[in-house]
Amino acid sequence: MHVEIKTTSVKPLRLTFGHLARRFGDKQATRYQEGTYDIQPGVNFHYKPLWDPEFDMYDRRRTAIVMKDWYALKDPRQYYYGNYTIARAKWQEAQERQIEFLEKRGLLFNLPVETREAITFSLVTLRHYEWGANTNNAHMSAYGWGTAITQATMMNCMDRLGIAQHLSKIGLLIDGNSGKSLVTAKRFWMDAPEWQGMRREMENMFVTRDWFELFVAQNLVADGLVYPLFFQQLDSQMAALDGSFLSLIADFPLRWYDESGKWVDSVIKVAAAESEQNQKLLSEWVAKWRAVHAAALTTIADRVMGENAGQAVASVLDVFDARCQKLGVARGSL
Amino acid sequence: MNATSSQPVFIALQTNNDTLSLIEAILFDNPEATIEEYPAMVRIVAPGRLVVRRASVEERIGRSFDLREIQLNTISIAGEVDETEDAFTLFWKL
Repeated sequence: MHVEIKTTSVKPLRLTFGHLARRFGDKQATRYQEGTYDIQPGVNFHYKPLWDPEFDMYDRRRTAIVMKDWYALKDPRQYYYGNYTIARAKWQEAQERQIEFLEKRGLLFNLPVETREAITFSLVTLRHYEWGANTNNAHMSAYGWGTAITQATMMNCMDRLGIAQHLSKIGLLIDGNSGKSLVTAKRFWMDAPEWQGMRREMENMFVTRDWFELFVAQNLVADGLVYPLFFQQLDSQMAALDGSFLSLIADFPLRWYDESGKWVDSVIKVAAAESEQNQKLLSEWVAKWRAVHAAALTTIADRVMGENAGQAVASVLDVFDARCQKLGVARGSL
Repeated sequence: MNATSSQPVFIALQTNNDTLSLIEAILFDNPEATIEEYPAMVRIVAPGRLVVRRASVEERIGRSFDLREIQLNTISIAGEVDETEDAFTLFWKL
């Protein structure tokens, strides 16, 4: 018997969903596009929210920023649920291995008391900052408009919990799993005069209603100053004194900062390029929050970095200003 | 580089979510290339030379890309390979 193998191909009538075809043409869409574009409910809001009857349930007017198409604020990392969780699981694994390395050798527990106290005062206390950032990003996800931005802020929100846990874990390594450092750090956050500036600004962010302003305040300005200061400047200072293995602690937060920074930059850049009015607003917000965050940070830096503080803060601010210049939201670009 | 022939070279890739942007990048970088679509596979044919550039792929997928990742989805190639960190090139030596 003779068997003939033939391939028959069936040409599909449509390559993607209608709403994606209308945006990108009828070609196969990526998972990110499928999971992102035009997912946000936009019509048929029959009931006004009782807690805020001026607005619809989801409402573009909850921020002063105006975009013709909110889906222009896409995520350059193209994260949707699937690849986001896979990427984070990989990091988690790598990070656990680093922690294990520190733990097995008792590297943190055996540090001199002053260094352990300095870590508790600076890095372990930062976990409260991270929790605040988590809350702020939850606000953006709840009141923002367009899945492109709200799904990314939700992922950022979860990332912050992860980083807070990482910092707590460091605390536990320092105090030999007793949890004492966490209690102390909470007290620093609540009572230490050096931390009160930052805590006040965190609470000011909690009551900022405009979610895009909050995005600028938290994800661009506060993170843009806190991360380089604590995880680059302070870390390298401590490493110089007590061994470079301390950089293992900073590796994960810094990597995260690099990655999410790309997303933050792209969101700000696109929003600023949309209109002069947006650019003006964004620049005002940057200037406003840069002033208060920088002041708050300087107090902490003075305490933890001593005489190097001035130079460290100045170099962090320089980098931040250059970044804003590039994004078109520096004061000079008004 | 030595003299090269203009005999066609090709790369055949699986079609899946990972190769969408890869294919797009290849077609962008090689305007002379033609694409033949088969069930679950595409064959990209170019006269003499076909280059996959890392930068173009990264721009489209939004993350860093190791050109060796191409191998995961490659079905077949024709041509000699010149592989660097930045480009994966198929061509024929004369």
